[in-house]
Amino acid sequence: MFDFDGIHEIWQTIARNKTRSLLTAFGVFWGIFLLVVLSSTGNGFENGMMKQVEGVTPNTGFFFTSTTSEPYKGYQKGRSWSMQMSDIEALKEAFPFIKAISPEASVYSSEDKNVVYGSRSGSFTVKGVMPEYNEIEKSKIMKGRFINETDIAANRKVCLLGKKVYTTMFERGENPIGKMVKVNGIYFQVVGVARSYTDNVNINGSIDESVILPFTTMQQVFALGDKINFFALVADDDTPLPDIEEDVMQLIKQRHDIAPTDKDAIRSFNLTEIFKAFKGLFFGIHILIWIVGLGTLMSGIIGVSNIMLVTVKERTREIGVRRAIGAKPKNIITQVLSESLLLTTLAGLVGLCIGVGIMAIVGMITSNMPSDNMMFQDPYMSFKAAVLATIIVILSGLLAGILPALRAIQIKAIDAIREE
Amino acid sequence: MIRLEKINKTYFGAQPLHVLKGINLHIKEGEMVSIMGASGSGKSTLLNILGILDNYDSGDYYLNGQLVKNLTENQAADMRNQLIGFIFQSFNLIPFKTAMENVALPLYYQNVNRKKRNQLALEYLERFGLKEWADHYPNELSGGQKQRVSMARALVTHPKVILADEPTGALDSKTSAEVMQILREVHQTGITMIIVTHERGIALRTDKIIHLKDGVIENIEINNPETIDFTQEIK
Repeated sequence: MFDFDGIHEIWQTIARNKTRSLLTAFGVFWGIFLLVVLSSTGNGFENGMMKQVEGVTPNTGFFFTSTTSEPYKGYQKGRSWSMQMSDIEALKEAFPFIKAISPEASVYSSEDKNVVYGSRSGSFTVKGVMPEYNEIEKSKIMKGRFINETDIAANRKVCLLGKKVYTTMFERGENPIGKMVKVNGIYFQVVGVARSYTDNVNINGSIDESVILPFTTMQQVFALGDKINFFALVADDDTPLPDIEEDVMQLIKQRHDIAPTDKDAIRSFNLTEIFKAFKGLFFGIHILIWIVGLGTLMSGIIGVSNIMLVTVKERTREIGVRRAIGAKPKNIITQVLSESLLLTTLAGLVGLCIGVGIMAIVGMITSNMPSDNMMFQDPYMSFKAAVLATIIVILSGLLAGILPALRAIQIKAIDAIREE
Repeated sequence: MIRLEKINKTYFGAQPLHVLKGINLHIKEGEMVSIMGASGSGKSTLLNILGILDNYDSGDYYLNGQLVKNLTENQAADMRNQLIGFIFQSFNLIPFKTAMENVALPLYYQNVNRKKRNQLALEYLERFGLKEWADHYPNELSGGQKQRVSMARALVTHPKVILADEPTGALDSKTSAEVMQILREVHQTGITMIIVTHERGIALRTDKIIHLKDGVIENIEINNPETIDFTQEIK
């Protein structure tokens, strides 16, 4: 039936009333167009959001100490305490699922400009971390290297500069590696420059604006003692952090004579829950988008169906004449369904193409914007969604034609002739 | 060609209307007959039954030797398509199709391919002197031309019977004469022809006039159309 002849026959009827066909098709066009644009925009925001947290591993947990809130083993409540490096080692040994673990601490200076190189100076965060820290808060090494095990073992006075620290302290293009920078009054040798993946998610200040020191060196040089009040860990993907957080804290409480029921002495939060919330949010947004898009499409389909019903009524005589000269009910049904199918499919495909085209242009414009902070990236519909949308359009075309087709076959040849 | 035996038809409306009360009629192959009668006499109903556009309540209708009774929509469509050509008072051409496409339409429903369809349609248009008008739409044609297009459409499938419902009803007397002349010529190729009319001038140009009154055949008048000059205007 879908030979050229059939299509010609159908096209003739659609083309005969251009304005009406166009207006009818517009509803479907708009539905699909909106669906594409909304869905792509949703993806754009999701991609942009995900880019913001690109440097962060979802399965990360943070632990920090506070004074105790319960008396235990002869200790009063309200006791101040700290963890030691040995606790970190013990955790590593006890829990094989720990992929990376690192304490983190900062030192503060009374001076306003705490980082000095030659005649330049600036005010930046000073952090001490372990080499594994780079797997927890990922940064991009631009020059040189990250803090390594040898730096820790030998308590080397080396430092890694954040991107902004580097640009403030050095001439453009100047090689900082090996240079001595004064940090809080003490000279450190620069081993690398790093920049963070994102400005929006960071731990205790962005890496861009930090000077990173080996944790042990910092403890020694700034006379901090073997005290750890904050550490972060990444667990392997099979071990969700919410499941193990409590185990980690219990081990530490046990090592420090803290009541197992003490809820304040050591606290934690993890990114898994936050990521889950993000995922849930975007899932909700996508569902909303499809509901809105499909709703619009549905009203378009009802519009097509409605107009087709009117058209069938108007064409009573034509259909009657066709019946009189030999058209079978099958021919009439096929004709009406095909008209509706062709109209909706064409309108839908045009909507799909224009929607995808516009989003491609939007995607190009946004990707050319220089900001690192774009919350919007790659606003493209997935291929799967596009295929689904196409199938929906075709099905809806058939659906829209059913009622008018049923109405059309009720027209008998005699009706056409009686109408005189 | 056509045999009606005790055909009864009642329309069940607010008030049941017994339109045809036992019609017996025999029309031989190649005959040209007219049906006359006042409005309400049942002549349109009879034509609809003859054209398998409507069914009847009791009796038997044989068309080309086949009993036409309790047909499915598809069987009826096939019989109409193959055996009957319709000519309507208001032409009933499809307005968005050219003259040629209108003529070719019945062949579309016979699944004749497009090229052959249009070629046949052109042949028939040429026969009726409308070849130059093949690409024109119905609203660009005069009444006579439209009726000639519809005659071409009725004939393009080589039907056995032509049913014409007031074929000259919408035409002036000069054009009516032309149309009747063409119908006469068509009839002379051996096609059975039944014309419903209320104009005696038209009816006189057929072999027989069947007078219908109140749902029964009142009488059948035998004419001698050979004595009539078909080139003359109809009075």
